[in-house]
Amino acid sequence: MKDNIKIPYFPGCTLKTTAKNFEISAIEAGKKIGIEMVEMPKWNCCGVVSSLTSDDLMKHVAPVRNFVHAEEMSEKGTVNDSRMLILCSMCFNTMKNTNRRVKNNAEDMKSINDFMYLEKDYEGKVEVVHYFELLKEIGFDKIAEKVTKSLKDMKIAPYYGCMLLRPKEIGIDNAEAPAIIEDFITSVGAEPVNWDAKGRCCGSYHTVNNKDIVVNLAKGIIENAHRSGADAIITSCPLCAFNLDNRQKLIMEKDPNFKTMPVFYFTQLLALALGLEEKFIGLEDHYIDPKELLKNKNLI
Amino acid sequence: MSDAQKMVKVYVMGEAYMVPEGSTIIGAFEYAGFQLKRGVGCREGFCGACATVYREKGDYKMKGGLGCQTVVTDEMYIAQIPFVPADKPTYKMEEITPDAGTFMNLYPSVFRCVSCNTCTKACPQDIQVMDYIQAIIRGDIAEAASLSFDCIRCGLCALRCPAEIVQFNAAILAQRLYGKYIAPQSKELEARVNEIIEGKYEKELNDLVGMAKQELIDKYYSREIKIS
Repeated sequence: MKDNIKIPYFPGCTLKTTAKNFEISAIEAGKKIGIEMVEMPKWNCCGVVSSLTSDDLMKHVAPVRNFVHAEEMSEKGTVNDSRMLILCSMCFNTMKNTNRRVKNNAEDMKSINDFMYLEKDYEGKVEVVHYFELLKEIGFDKIAEKVTKSLKDMKIAPYYGCMLLRPKEIGIDNAEAPAIIEDFITSVGAEPVNWDAKGRCCGSYHTVNNKDIVVNLAKGIIENAHRSGADAIITSCPLCAFNLDNRQKLIMEKDPNFKTMPVFYFTQLLALALGLEEKFIGLEDHYIDPKELLKNKNLI
Repeated sequence: MSDAQKMVKVYVMGEAYMVPEGSTIIGAFEYAGFQLKRGVGCREGFCGACATVYREKGDYKMKGGLGCQTVVTDEMYIAQIPFVPADKPTYKMEEITPDAGTFMNLYPSVFRCVSCNTCTKACPQDIQVMDYIQAIIRGDIAEAASLSFDCIRCGLCALRCPAEIVQFNAAILAQRLYGKYIAPQSKELEARVNEIIEGKYEKELNDLVGMAKQELIDKYYSREIKIS
């Protein structure tokens, strides 16, 4: 195993706009544990929401074009790991789904390559890997050794949502009984709570046109987390984070007795546990301010 | 005498015409007897008024270019695009901010981009059109303004876009936002504008306005060009 993983990093649009704290915490925490994230010099939107219809090949052009750029990075030797690292659950799911499809279907691969005649062909050499998977590969015991500020008094609800686990060919863990986020939480010294909303849908894009659906789902998820004794929820999906964090405003309007809960990107807790400065954790970007909780736990 | 002018066959809106080899598409139209009122402009490749689409013999690809710059080939099918219909919302620069949210409000179609790159293939200016649309999506307005700088608004990108984005108008917005909010301010420009407001060049300008035509021409051609 390499001492330092130097890997092409695909940010996705949200990490450059509304989830900057997700990106900065991941990059800085990565440096402490031997992950050097090299942002792809050229990338485009993943396409968002993988098309599952068999004849809608156009939707798969965007991911393939990104794979071409990742292959170019390997050829140029700017990285020592030929995979593509992704943080956002939605990008991860979309990109990995397309990769699987074109690698298993030579005709689709050829159609897309023919269409992208200005670029070089995608040769199918890229594997998509999620940050969680990279942490597991490094070893959660090794991560634990690097922790300088144990989150020992924190009880965390691991929220997988939909995109990290399904379909199972793409999921980063067993879709019915996942443990990878729990293992991560343990590695930073916190306690993962056992709850039954970890894989429940947050309402996803209904947040645009049918806010009530999201309000109801998010309320149920957060109340479930409270019942399990959690102090906070962690996620790796900017859309889940928006629905669970920002939508608490509307939940409070509907139910004045609603008890709020901070929502973190998992990399923020990793950065915190590794002793990084607050400017690399991005605690200002939350709707529900997490600082009081972290102060109560003597973590900031 | 040299050989007679070699002729090639082109199809204008489906009908065959013989035109001199080496003609531009605009030239071919006019040689064939068409009078172009729209779909032609500077004839120098600068103004972007003469967007054209064509297909060449034996090639399945629809191609685009500027009619004044594209030379016809034998058996080419050609058409001039007089105008590209495109949504152009109005906005006040003081009320908008240089970020992706501004585009979400004014040009939401930008976020429909499927990264097919058809716009880039269509661009006669060799601009990386898709890349600047993608830069907008991720809120990198400076990059979008820089990549789209050479755009001459011919509209071919928007005509070919399967997501129906109006790239060239979104590019103007990016460039305006860059100019107003991101680009370093020029002290020299500010000083010069103040000089103009204070009337420093009033006399010189009035002198020019009062000159006879020949005097003005002589002055123009004998002017000193300073390159600093």
